[in-house]
Amino acid sequence: MVRLADLPESERQHFLARVSTLPSFPGRPWVSGTALAHRRVALVSTAGLHLRSDRPFASGAAGSDYRVIPGDVDAADLVTSHASVNFDRSGMQADVNVAFPLDRLKELASEQQIGSVAAFHYSFMGAVSPITAYEREARALAGLLKQDAVDAVLLSPV
Amino acid sequence: MSALGYYLESEGIPTVQISLVREHTEALAPPRALWVPFMLGRPFGVPGDAGFQRRVLLAALQLLEREAGPLIEDFIEDAPHEEVGGPPEGLACPVSFPRPASDGTAEDRFAAEVSQLTAWHDVALRYRGRTMTGLTGLAPDALFRYLVDWLGSSPPAPFRDGLTPGQALKLATDEMKAFYYEAKAVQPGSHSAGEINDWFWLHTAAGEVFLALREMARQSTDVTLKGLATGSLVPRAADAALDASARGRA
Repeated sequence: MVRLADLPESERQHFLARVSTLPSFPGRPWVSGTALAHRRVALVSTAGLHLRSDRPFASGAAGSDYRVIPGDVDAADLVTSHASVNFDRSGMQADVNVAFPLDRLKELASEQQIGSVAAFHYSFMGAVSPITAYEREARALAGLLKQDAVDAVLLSPV
Repeated sequence: MSALGYYLESEGIPTVQISLVREHTEALAPPRALWVPFMLGRPFGVPGDAGFQRRVLLAALQLLEREAGPLIEDFIEDAPHEEVGGPPEGLACPVSFPRPASDGTAEDRFAAEVSQLTAWHDVALRYRGRTMTGLTGLAPDALFRYLVDWLGSSPPAPFRDGLTPGQALKLATDEMKAFYYEAKAVQPGSHSAGEINDWFWLHTAAGEVFLALREMARQSTDVTLKGLATGSLVPRAADAALDASARGRA
């Protein structure tokens, strides 16, 4: 559905216009690792998800921080305060795994397709501009992921 | 998304991402990406379809075993449908409703909708065991009152300390919309995301009130309402649908 050719003209133009505003990152970082069956995996989403008891995300660059989602979270406690209204929320309302597949990840761990599931997962809010506003929090988050022995992160947008 | 991948990988964490807008991912060239042909908001394709979600997840994770990049692979399987599902067989809303008011002010009709949909939202809670509402702490009727008060002579006080007027109104509009969508999704029949959007924006009094709130935000001098005036209240696709509907009536 997000083939740009399938979108209404106004939407297509919106996404194409964004391309020229994106930064060019220096270098091409690449970290190798062990087989998937030995990896410890964390989810990092930009769906603006958080616990109902958490602070909602602020809009603009002030919204470039993250929320912590414990690995034993009850899906009934997850909500979103994403600033954008230009993505479907009905899917997440029906089944949060369509955007944040923690249940699927746990199933893969129980089948030993992956090594283990991280103790903590994280959610940012997308639609922050410029996207370089994420740098400070993202680099700090890498340290926390290492403390949790995470050696694979699945990043998921909405 | 790609920026997060770049920063995390630069710090030594292997990453793989789902890509929804391929053109953006190509421009940013993160280490590993799986492009998926799904609608925005559904990166794992289909709500309630664990098998489908699992295939997407595994396809993405397996890119971590590649030896060189950056790389963008395509997930070739389309999502089979865009429905969000109705109630299971035998689970019917036990309440019978009066006919929706077809006249009266938008506020009157909005009040009637909220009243009627409350019973369906109760069904949604029973069916799904969860809701994504609850951030404001306001019950639906109080949420309704808070929203329509914005269209009066003076804006209502935020319902919680520490929120700007714009933040409070944004949370309240998102919550009311989630209430409508969750309630509609469990009514009999199957409902695609597009159909629920069209219903909300073209056929409900709530949609009318949301458009009036955007107009109020546009005319307000309160800078905290700027986002609601420009793009965080009415989706671009809704504006396009409203324009098409107006042209159809002309």
